[in-house]
Amino acid sequence: MDLLTLSRLQFGFTVGFHYIFPTLSVGLGLLLVIMEGNYIRTGNTLYRQLTHFWVKIFGLIFALGVATGIVMEFQFGTNWSVYSRFVGDVFGSALAAEGIFAFFLESGFLAILIFGWNKVSKKTHFFATVMVCLGAHFSAIWIVVANSWQQTPAGYHVVTSALGSRAEITDFWKMVFNPSSVDRIWHVYMGCWQAGAFFVLSVAAWYLLKNKYSDFAKASIKVGLIVAATASILQLVSGHSSAVEVAKYQPAKMAAFEAHFDKSAPAGMYLFGWVDEAGEKVIFGPQIPGLLSFLIHGDPSAPVTGLNAFPPEDRPPVNAVFQSYHAMVAIGMILIVLSWGALFFWWRGTLFRKRWLLWLLVPSVLLPQAANQLGWISAEVGRQPFIVYNLLRTKDALSTSVTKGDVWTSIILFSIIYLLLLVLFLYLLNEKIQHGPAEEDLAEPTTRGRADA
Amino acid sequence: MSFDLNTIWFILIGVLFTGYAILDGFDFGVGALHLFVRGDEERRIFINAIGPVWDGNEVWLVTAGGALFAAFPEVYATAFSGFYLAFMFLLFALIFRAVAIEFRSKQPMKWWRNMWDISFSVASIISALLIGVALGNIVWGIPLNQHRDFVGTFLELLNPYALMVGVTTVALFMMHGAIYLVMKTEGELHNRIRDWIRNTIIFFVIMYFMTTMVTLLFVPHMVTSIKTHPWLFALPVLNLLAVANIPREAYKGRDFRAFISSCAAMAFLLALFGLGIYPNMIYSLPNPELSLTIYNAASSQKTLEIMLIIAALGVPLVLSYTVSIYWIFRGKVKLDASSY
Repeated sequence: MDLLTLSRLQFGFTVGFHYIFPTLSVGLGLLLVIMEGNYIRTGNTLYRQLTHFWVKIFGLIFALGVATGIVMEFQFGTNWSVYSRFVGDVFGSALAAEGIFAFFLESGFLAILIFGWNKVSKKTHFFATVMVCLGAHFSAIWIVVANSWQQTPAGYHVVTSALGSRAEITDFWKMVFNPSSVDRIWHVYMGCWQAGAFFVLSVAAWYLLKNKYSDFAKASIKVGLIVAATASILQLVSGHSSAVEVAKYQPAKMAAFEAHFDKSAPAGMYLFGWVDEAGEKVIFGPQIPGLLSFLIHGDPSAPVTGLNAFPPEDRPPVNAVFQSYHAMVAIGMILIVLSWGALFFWWRGTLFRKRWLLWLLVPSVLLPQAANQLGWISAEVGRQPFIVYNLLRTKDALSTSVTKGDVWTSIILFSIIYLLLLVLFLYLLNEKIQHGPAEEDLAEPTTRGRADA
Repeated sequence: MSFDLNTIWFILIGVLFTGYAILDGFDFGVGALHLFVRGDEERRIFINAIGPVWDGNEVWLVTAGGALFAAFPEVYATAFSGFYLAFMFLLFALIFRAVAIEFRSKQPMKWWRNMWDISFSVASIISALLIGVALGNIVWGIPLNQHRDFVGTFLELLNPYALMVGVTTVALFMMHGAIYLVMKTEGELHNRIRDWIRNTIIFFVIMYFMTTMVTLLFVPHMVTSIKTHPWLFALPVLNLLAVANIPREAYKGRDFRAFISSCAAMAFLLALFGLGIYPNMIYSLPNPELSLTIYNAASSQKTLEIMLIIAALGVPLVLSYTVSIYWIFRGKVKLDASSY
């Protein structure tokens, strides 16, 4: 493998592994606010039990997020020094803003969330929970802004000097609100909410099936289901709006999503298929004609820019993008059916007796995780061969002083360490889930202390 | 020295890294001393002494890295790609430290706890050492080519001077960590750690003296600023006074003041480092004309201005959370159900 492939592999692997955790922190953060908010509002100790239990899980997830996140902050410099020199003026400020506005907020109040039960009042604790949730959401804003700028650069100009060229900010707000950032932030948020909500649903459904902690499980399912159903339907809206934006600003990516080759013809949408890139066609793919044209332009016969409008060296790999995009969309649809189906049975009052549905909810935790990964793969691979769309090619962005041997060493070590972390994470998570919520959390608070061990 | 935007950002990034060294420094120190206590409860006290604050402390590094990327992208690119393997090892050490703290007390098995105790301690020592090695190389200078790329190898980064600065950093953090632990412990453990302060100070002062001597003899560019502006002699003097004040306060049992002295000593030490390298950020040896300076490595003036606004909005917020969290978790460690 060459240096480019190795470096892309390392970045993709480390960021993909990291992304498991912050999505859960953002989503679970919101659920914690709802749970503890209910406790503060009603004084019902069931919600205190919920909050205590899910905070412990949140702590474990957060620690993994911190451990794997620190790698990301520096990997632009270690593996992509030419890229760093080119974008630092623009991209760096978003990253610095993330640190100063989001990470400090999140990690500071996390201390109160986890260790502060006996140190601060109920209301202060709730305030800390809200701040942690806000911090997690802020951090998503800045990192998505930085990434969106790579997709749809705005508010900059390119300055060339003796040492090469680089992008410099001309308008900070145009950079922040570049054409794709708002759509993508919502899309990421909904993906995170789904990740958090289906995680809670999965654990709670499993408790119900095992006839354990049934009050706790039912309350968790109710909170989880409201967020899951809301996020899943909003995800459809944000996904649509994101796709319209991609069609406008990154037409080559849109064409790859649907394997649309014709330079300028009405385009349909495939339910699934396999792309024959050399033959420029999709094999075994049932297609709804005109649907893509309709979704983008509101007219089934409107032409959509196809891959042939771009020289071969400017096209992304089609099949990989097509497959990941279609799998993401399919999962998104399944999540809508699952959450709204469960909502329907909840309304009918039979949800907790529908064992088949609870059995479906148990593995559902994996679906948003998969969709999040697949969505990022289609977004990032779809931007290829550029690292900054139309400005800098990925192959020209590598670190010039790093050798293949260096990257091999780090990839091998990352693989071993992350595999170990994943195994330990799942093991400890399983222990916590098996241990279940603490019964004494249900007791009326007598003093500020509590006694679960 | 004129206070233009580039200089202000040089100072601000220095402040961020200094904040990181002072705060995460005692975390590393506690880690380095961790295996010196044997009992499970004592080890839990050590971990819980930093439990609520260590990840907030690590955010200073993340933010300093982000600010460096934004204000001096050339330095960010050159340093991290140049120190590739060294930096990867630092990241692995930081990962192990984080998960060791989180995982250790989650299982009762003795082998499990021992394994994470060792990871925590070794990762802390390696992190401290590598941070010092990086500083040492920046002081000494590294070979750069005209594309601003590092042209040496990983092993050349582990040269004797850099390793000496690395060991000095470990000693400094151990001293700082011991003082922090004295504040957070009570009873017999507290008295035992009080004795460690003396040993760690001796270790640090020996290393500090050696590093200073070697630097004065072999790295003359580090003292140019002081030679041209003699009033800057105040800095090394203040630094010495702060170091000397630590055993005095510790002896009188004024632990908090000893800790503040230790923080001040670290701040002065890093200020001396900053003063020594200014206006260079990465000194190129053997071709000093290829050095990265606060001017040729900086972002545009416009970006530096925007960042200054971000810092002006963000820093008061950050300081207010940091102070509140330390205030809420002040006092001796008491293990309870939510502890590690």
